[in-house]
Amino acid sequence: MKKWNMIIDVAECTNCNLCTLATMDEYVGNDWPGVAAPMPRHGHQWINILQKERGQVPMIDIAYVPTMCNQCDNAPCMKADKTGAIGKRDDGIVIIDPVKAKGHKELVDACPYGHIWWNEELQLPQAWPFDAHLLDQGWQQTRGHQACPTGAMRAIKVEDDEMARTARDQGLEVMRPELGAKPRVYYRNLWRFTKCFIGGSVSAEANGVIDCVEGAAVRLLKDGAPVAETKTDNYGDFKFDKLNENSGRYGVEISTQGRKKTVEATLGVSINLGEIKL
Amino acid sequence: MNFATLKLSLILLGLSWLLKFQAWRHPEFRARLKERNLTAQFMARDEEAGRWFTFRDGQITSGFGVRKDADVTVAFKNAALGAQLLMPPINWLDQINAQKEFSLTVTGEEDLTNWFAQTVMMGQSVGFKFGTNIPDGSTRYCNMTNGGPVFVYVKDGKIVRMTPIDFDATDPQPWTIEARGMKLTPPRKTTLAPHGQNAKSIVYSPDRLLYPMKRVDFDPNGARNPQNRGKSGYVRISWDEALSLVSTEIKRQKKTHGPGAIAVSHGSHHTWGNIGYYLSALFRFSNAIGMTRVHHNPDSWEGWYWGAVHHWGYTLRVGQSETYGTVEDCLQNCDMIVFWAADPETTSGSYGAQEGTVRRQWLKDPKLGIKIVHVDPYYNASAQFLPGKWFAPKPTTSPAMAMAIANVWIKEGLYDKEYVKTHTVGFDKWAAYLTGDEDGVPKTPEWQEKETGVPAKDVRALAREWGRKRVYLAPGGWGNGHGGACRNQTGIQWARVMVCLTAMQGLGKPGVNMGNLQWGCPLDFQFYFPGYSEGGMSGDLENTAMPVALYQRMPQLPTMNSSFQKIPRIFMPEAIFDGKAEGYPWVGKSIEHQFAKFSYPAPGHSPVKMLYKYGGSILSTMNNSNRHVRMYQSENLECVVNQSIWFEGEAKFADIVLPACTNFERVDISEWAGLGGYGHHGQQQLNHRVILLQSKAIEPLGESKSDFWIFNEICKRMGLANYFSEGVNEIDWVKRVFLASDLPKVISWRKFLKKGYYVVPAEKEKLRAPVSFRWFWEGRKKDVPEAQPLPSDYSGEYLRGLQTQSGKIEFECNSLKRFKDPERPPIVKYEPSWEGPHSPEFKQFPLQLLTPHSKYSFHTQGDGKSSFINNIADHRVKIGDWYYWVLRLNAEDAAARGIKKNDLVKIYNERGAVICAALPTQRLPRSVCHGYESSAIYAPMGEPGKSVDRGGCLNLLTPHKTQTKSTHSLAGAQSIVQVELWDGRIEHMSETFAAMEKDKEIKRTLQEAQLVPAK
Repeated sequence: MKKWNMIIDVAECTNCNLCTLATMDEYVGNDWPGVAAPMPRHGHQWINILQKERGQVPMIDIAYVPTMCNQCDNAPCMKADKTGAIGKRDDGIVIIDPVKAKGHKELVDACPYGHIWWNEELQLPQAWPFDAHLLDQGWQQTRGHQACPTGAMRAIKVEDDEMARTARDQGLEVMRPELGAKPRVYYRNLWRFTKCFIGGSVSAEANGVIDCVEGAAVRLLKDGAPVAETKTDNYGDFKFDKLNENSGRYGVEISTQGRKKTVEATLGVSINLGEIKL
Repeated sequence: MNFATLKLSLILLGLSWLLKFQAWRHPEFRARLKERNLTAQFMARDEEAGRWFTFRDGQITSGFGVRKDADVTVAFKNAALGAQLLMPPINWLDQINAQKEFSLTVTGEEDLTNWFAQTVMMGQSVGFKFGTNIPDGSTRYCNMTNGGPVFVYVKDGKIVRMTPIDFDATDPQPWTIEARGMKLTPPRKTTLAPHGQNAKSIVYSPDRLLYPMKRVDFDPNGARNPQNRGKSGYVRISWDEALSLVSTEIKRQKKTHGPGAIAVSHGSHHTWGNIGYYLSALFRFSNAIGMTRVHHNPDSWEGWYWGAVHHWGYTLRVGQSETYGTVEDCLQNCDMIVFWAADPETTSGSYGAQEGTVRRQWLKDPKLGIKIVHVDPYYNASAQFLPGKWFAPKPTTSPAMAMAIANVWIKEGLYDKEYVKTHTVGFDKWAAYLTGDEDGVPKTPEWQEKETGVPAKDVRALAREWGRKRVYLAPGGWGNGHGGACRNQTGIQWARVMVCLTAMQGLGKPGVNMGNLQWGCPLDFQFYFPGYSEGGMSGDLENTAMPVALYQRMPQLPTMNSSFQKIPRIFMPEAIFDGKAEGYPWVGKSIEHQFAKFSYPAPGHSPVKMLYKYGGSILSTMNNSNRHVRMYQSENLECVVNQSIWFEGEAKFADIVLPACTNFERVDISEWAGLGGYGHHGQQQLNHRVILLQSKAIEPLGESKSDFWIFNEICKRMGLANYFSEGVNEIDWVKRVFLASDLPKVISWRKFLKKGYYVVPAEKEKLRAPVSFRWFWEGRKKDVPEAQPLPSDYSGEYLRGLQTQSGKIEFECNSLKRFKDPERPPIVKYEPSWEGPHSPEFKQFPLQLLTPHSKYSFHTQGDGKSSFINNIADHRVKIGDWYYWVLRLNAEDAAARGIKKNDLVKIYNERGAVICAALPTQRLPRSVCHGYESSAIYAPMGEPGKSVDRGGCLNLLTPHKTQTKSTHSLAGAQSIVQVELWDGRIEHMSETFAAMEKDKEIKRTLQEAQLVPAK
């Protein structure tokens, strides 16, 4: 049985919000019986884009992570649901029945991902139903997938074992796997959001002129032992990425043409060491 | 009865049958027939042959012959002409010629003649079938937003959804570019900009104007109370009353004050279409009534028009260069792209949706091996998407950085000396300035560091890398100018130095050009469809691009404004409240047109006493806009009409408000990114040329009406309706555009109505447009498909060389040697901004504020209106019960002020104050903050001009002074401000209102002393 999954590439999301806007376009002012009652015009983010800035001026980057109902296979909301309002379809999609769920505000707290939203006007818990009504009409993609200009958001319908294989082969991750909720929304390049970097710019003075140092060897030391190495580019820049946040003290050892310098850094979040003059 | 009269009689008999048949068939036509009771007739003047039609309570009776008591008579000179003109298909050129020659005349009351003519035309169009039926019971139409084309799904008279267009099996395949072992081809679909995907929410907006209104304390026959504009409320009135008020006032103004008394003003954009667009219906209307023209400054092109043109010409592209073939050349040959104040991921190339995004994504593939550099004080959306070294010069200072790059190139021999020798003039002069030979100050990387804050070592490294690589320089969102730094105080210097840098590296060589993949796709540019700036139905040969192609293809009555008075837009408020203003024109014909200073008021004209305003964008799109608030409250304006879709901005300052509908509630026709004119072949931004029939998807909400209808109704009351409409309906104009284009060669009208769009097949590979400037580099005649510059503007053989006097790129500009301007010397020099770190006021206002275009809304479109976009946290943030505009601050600057994320802050200077939601960030260097301009909401918390605004109108704070004295160039993309935690106080006196109070005080004192002010 093929089931729906979502694959999101964090490195390709530009925060254009077309997925969030397309989803509002689909649900605000429209009633899709059995799937979703109208979404309120304001206040709900059925697709919610998280963001993370890393580093300091001028060495920074920014990652955007679209999140949504994870369509969990071991859904915490279904476990908490005493009303039978939340069901899982054969194609993997989780639906909160807009009639049965009426008045059950407690379901909002049942989602550890914060993706059940309370509709005050309708007294209804709501989540993004994977555009099930459109897929049932023969659509091959969700609204967010269709609207995404970079292909950062892709809905795919495959067998579970194929999805598991894809996830393994491509290093896809899910949000908070430790919860055991088994989300059907997968992420590529999530490290851009979860990990951090140490970077800097190497310079040196010659004949009274300061210039960038290209090609300097840079080693990252942890407890005195090298854990990574790189070379500076033509701007003297180097960067060690995919490090764990709050992973403590590091040494950055720079050597070029007989000159050597080591800088200490304590890693909380990403850090730009700035200009390091040899 | 001769043959001609027989033929005419038979055609007219056929017409009577057609009208009766259509009435039987179509309820809407039956309803139309019930609108008037009259007798109308067609006749041949010499033979006195004809046929009459009596409309009585919806019934038609008709008979042979001519009636003396007819209310309406359409007369042909003779029967032969009548038969010729009435015989379908209609030949519009014959129609127009007959009208101009008075061999086709119409007599009768304007309301009846126009009704009869449009009814006869409706007899043909009433059966048109629009859209495609969908199995779920909805109908799928097409339409076009400023942010891309949409399918519009409609059910039970309501818009269900809008989506981008996925092409079907019958649509053509896109182009493929082979580059460095890769085959690159775009997907077979269209994309949308965020404001395009947002469209449903602005159609169904609580801010829609649903009926005409009058300000409660505006009495056209008594006290008009102009001082209360923006303060007092409104009362609903009928369309009849509104139209009568407006038309009576127009006539009164002309009779009482004389020519020039009425000014017509519009924004720079509108809802999309070739008929409803401001350059179309509005221009025809305003030419018909006569007006003082509000002459626009080249607002997205400033530095290019006033600066770059002197180096390389391209006035008909407002100073920006040709861009053909550059996508292919860039992907195949370039090693590095320098994005310089260029953020196409935010600005979408204006109308290009996310089409360029798809192509720029290819740059992320290491197989292409194209490096990227970003120069922008803000770590913009393009820098976020496309990793590369980020240079963050202080706002307005980057011309100094560019000069330092050139300095390094000269010092280290890293430029194309042969090219400079053969393809340019005046380099020695500029080189002497750069090396310091001229003024003793070498423009070194160290020199620029003091200005820009960018380390000298980084600039030197960039210069060296650039000098050794084949580089595409991408200034502005289009990659060849447009927006970016050309709109701040040093924009002219910036655009000039950008041209000089590309000239030093051999512009036109493989891999060396301007661009960032936003323009230059290999499309078919021979397939004709008019761009919006070709003026649609305007008939305006002077102020649109109509003479280029559309006028020949779509014959129509020409229109001309009888008044030559114009107001330079930047100084519109001063023109009203001071009664005088001076400016320089934006005219693309030649380099020298920009030197022709003009003054308001024009000789022998009335000052402006009435303003007919289209939409409500000005308060947040013009600079130092408390001036506009003051203008609206001036007693010099006796009447203000605003025709708007939404009740926002200055629509709330009008005396009479006319509700217009959106483009989803009327019919139109257009091409995506089809700009024409100064944006010739704007479709180059797209992966596919898509032409659309913009179907009316739903009935206009409330009593709102199409602009065409509103203008025509006003014209009826002035005897101008048949001149304005040419007696036809909107759908007929749409069909005339269709017939004028190349569409009939490839798709039938009926199929086009049903399918709603046509994709022009990509150009065959061997027919693709050549690469821009390659001809120039190779010394050939110009071979790219643009008929510009004008033939007389070549100094040598036609098509050889550029528009400059030398025909070469001029480092030392001949035009600026002929026109002496101390602020624009013949070679470009660095002069620090008159508002910035060098200003004495910088102590008091120590932050530089950047106000670029929004990533989510399109100017004021898409913002406010309770739209979906307001939910985007990077656009507005809800704090308490209000959605506040976002202000980005460097994180340390914020911390130093005790400001945290989502704190309410007051950003202010002497011009005004705005309350925003703070967003501390590392995307800005120290002392720089950033907030989008063009909030749709203007919300003074107390009295306008004397209190803080919480709508987000950051242009209340920006300077209106022009970049230089002898240009009409906005400079307000940067200003100096202070930011602090908001203490909740709402009073803030703007300098504009302080000056006004002072003026009043002086007047009062003089009056009390019974003195008259000295002249």
